[in-house]
Amino acid sequence: MARMPVQFRLNGSDRAVFVEPAETLLGTIRRGLGDFAPKFGCGQGTCGVCTVLVDGEPRLGCLTLSVTCEGRSIETASGLADGPTLHPLQAAFMEHFAAQCGFCTPGMLMAAKALLDRNPNPTRVEVVEAIAGNVCRCTGYEPIINAILAAAQQRGVRRA
Amino acid sequence: MPVNVRIVQGLQEAASILASDRGAQLLGGGTLLVRDINEGVMTEGTLLRAVDPALLAMNTGGARVELGAGVTMAMVLANRDLSYLHAAARGIGGPAVRTTATIGGNLFAATPYGDFTTALLALDAVVTLHAGFGGARVMPLEEMLANRARGGVGLVASVGFSRPAGADAFRFVKVARVRPKGVSVLSIAAHLPQNGGRISGARIAYGAMGPTPLRAKAVERVLEGRSLDAATIAAAKTAALEGTQPATDAIASEWYRREVLPVHLGRLLAGETS
Repeated sequence: MARMPVQFRLNGSDRAVFVEPAETLLGTIRRGLGDFAPKFGCGQGTCGVCTVLVDGEPRLGCLTLSVTCEGRSIETASGLADGPTLHPLQAAFMEHFAAQCGFCTPGMLMAAKALLDRNPNPTRVEVVEAIAGNVCRCTGYEPIINAILAAAQQRGVRRA
Repeated sequence: MPVNVRIVQGLQEAASILASDRGAQLLGGGTLLVRDINEGVMTEGTLLRAVDPALLAMNTGGARVELGAGVTMAMVLANRDLSYLHAAARGIGGPAVRTTATIGGNLFAATPYGDFTTALLALDAVVTLHAGFGGARVMPLEEMLANRARGGVGLVASVGFSRPAGADAFRFVKVARVRPKGVSVLSIAAHLPQNGGRISGARIAYGAMGPTPLRAKAVERVLEGRSLDAATIAAAKTAALEGTQPATDAIASEWYRREVLPVHLGRLLAGETS
């Protein structure tokens, strides 16, 4: 089967790759481009550890075919920090002990970023809804919810 | 031969390929088909990706609503005119699933999935189909689902239905063990138009109570011409199970689904939150 050319932006950099026709975006990002932040979990769209942003919208890398991403802008957790300066969400996750084993964290961060980019001042219910597709087996979710709310508050303080 | 992906521009071209190639399937958002690839269920064949803008068309402002089959659950949730469908759309996966899961894909989701289709069935929706090499034709959703169970449908281009008369005329509940996101134990959609305080033209649909979403016609007959009082609701609960064929799966047993369906139907008709 002939490989197909695909071009997209990954964390602000233009990338061009050849992919297998039915290759997932997750596979392309991890194996093809060496960005190992998004993880492979269930492969069924259930756990959310592969969550990335496609044109600002949360998508599951394991269920998205790379050939459907031509010309799109892809964001992963690898692109959150600005050099040595952590993104407010990353800092809040650290501050609130929202990562234990860390396997869900890249997906959680991107689901949270999608929420805060769209809704800078979410309620607790909205945070719970935003991460409803992301499974964490360590934290019990409360530290993650608190971290996202704290990051929203922090960003609000910065804007004021 | 591994799975191939073919990008086609027009719906008619896609329908022609589907008719001539038994190994071809139309790719919607990919939440069902790409999962099958990941799990090794689909190891060969062709995925057709149709990029016809008609698939994303939304005509929601008037009395007659038309939604392209490629419209996603997130697009439904972002449209205020479709607020009566928001509960059904919000019940589909988490946010990252809803940005890709399409109305057209939901029509083909195997039980216990397909909750949005349950809502469309209660709205008496029709589907516009491209089958084979001919033109488009319109078919009641109920008939399409029966054809789906038999294995032959064609390409669904859009769904159409009449807007519910009022905010309280359309109700939907999804019963799941995990909130806010969980697979359905069952779902119920009810369209309850009223004329002079009496129900006229009720449509009740169930999800996960049969091989495909199905109409609860016995309940509809009970409701017809009556006011929605305690006696009517009690009669509807008595008729609730007629025609159902629930399955046992990892989410619930067939017995459990039968036990809880009348309870949730009664609550929905009474306007109580389940």
